Amino acid sequence: MSEKILYTKEHEWVVVKDNIVRVGISDYAQNELGDVVFVDLPELGDVVEEGEGFAVVESVKAVSDIYAPVSGEIVTINEELEDSPELINESPLDRGWLVEIKVDGVAQTGDLMNQQEYEAFLKGV
Amino acid sequence: MKQTPLTAKHRAVGAKMVDYAGFEMPVQYAGVLEEHLTVRSKVGLFDLSHMGEFELTGAGALATVNLVTTNDASQLQVGEIQYTCLTTEQGGIIDDILVYRTDSGFLLVVNAANTAKDYAWIEQNLLPDTKLTDRSPELALIAVQGPKSAPLVEEVLDISLDDLRNYTFIEPTFHGTKILLSRTGYTGEDGFELYFPNSLAEQLWDELMSTGEKYGVAPIGLGARDTLRLEMRMPLYGNDVSEEITPLEAGLGRFVKFDKGGFIGREALLKLQEHGITRRLVAFTMLDKGIPRQGYPLLDLEGREIGVVTSGTHSPSLNKPIGMGYVEIENSKPGTIMQVQIRKKPAQAHIIKGRFLS
Repeated sequence: MSEKILYTKEHEWVVVKDNIVRVGISDYAQNELGDVVFVDLPELGDVVEEGEGFAVVESVKAVSDIYAPVSGEIVTINEELEDSPELINESPLDRGWLVEIKVDGVAQTGDLMNQQEYEAFLKGV
Repeated sequence: MKQTPLTAKHRAVGAKMVDYAGFEMPVQYAGVLEEHLTVRSKVGLFDLSHMGEFELTGAGALATVNLVTTNDASQLQVGEIQYTCLTTEQGGIIDDILVYRTDSGFLLVVNAANTAKDYAWIEQNLLPDTKLTDRSPELALIAVQGPKSAPLVEEVLDISLDDLRNYTFIEPTFHGTKILLSRTGYTGEDGFELYFPNSLAEQLWDELMSTGEKYGVAPIGLGARDTLRLEMRMPLYGNDVSEEITPLEAGLGRFVKFDKGGFIGREALLKLQEHGITRRLVAFTMLDKGIPRQGYPLLDLEGREIGVVTSGTHSPSLNKPIGMGYVEIENSKPGTIMQVQIRKKPAQAHIIKGRFLS
């Protein structure tokens, strides 16, 4: 899965499969946040706009908005996070995924970064 | 940014450092949750060298302390400590501080963010024959907190702490240098605060860490310091108390001694007590999902704003959200159900009696 992972400048990751875009936060982001204790996810069927704050991840100390990397409809949410928000720390790129967004047509991911580009981007943060 | 004598130690073990009150301070080492639980079950070390310490000496020292603070310092014997507030003429809290009665006068321990402000205020109100000295630059402070803090401090200093009551202090030596050791803290656990010259800081920290290994000691950052104090319902200056808030509203009335005579803020506080306060600091837990945070509005069940959250977090001990805030007095009774406006959604909360953690 990791070879197809793409990142936003806001430290979300996406993995695109056809018109379904799975979204999570990067390892860097979870590490910066610290112990995640609460995740506020949208409802199934909610329509989100690219760039819109559509979810919130909270650590003990901080509240972090998660921005939609693409526009579309929320079709799946990671229900495991309700009881186990720590999955975001333990497995940010896998079991700690947040939602899946169904896009209209083909997902526009041209301005997202691949793994290498993201790592270079982090060096400048 | 200013550093403490231990900043290099924190960096060396990979602590996450932040700017706090102009000091580069560790906010977390292993993680807030783990550090918090270490203090509740074992023992933790806090570098609090950023805090301010003033010495007041001379014939006017007692009268000066009693003029600028709300508690009655004349009740202190040498070796005793009291919690008290510095207040404005209007009764607003300039700072909440500790006063130590020493054999030469008083030691005032103040919040780091308020050191300069407090010093200026006390200097301005100094009575004749009183000397005020800022000892902050030369003094370091380590807090040792948790159920294993007593055996750890006993072993490192080679003393017995059986007779050291809460809110008292002694002056033992560490490698031949006199230090100050008080049974005080900001966590609700048994614990100690050690004040000593900067030059001893690294050695004392290292000995506490190595001797404490068998007790499971760990360094604790400001993140866990905040969750630990909030579980015990202790106010934090800048969040729950400020110059806009009086001790009576903050639930600190027992530290205001009207009978001791004149002090700055007495008339305003007396008047407020006679007329009755209109808002009160309350503690609450959530009935719905969501974590209350500083600044979130508090609403009644009809949606009318009745107050504001001043501190809120996820309680690591209880594994649930907790908060404190000011609400209108008529809505402040324990058991009252209200709402916290969390982003777009109001979430129900209820006011509790006492601390979150017993």
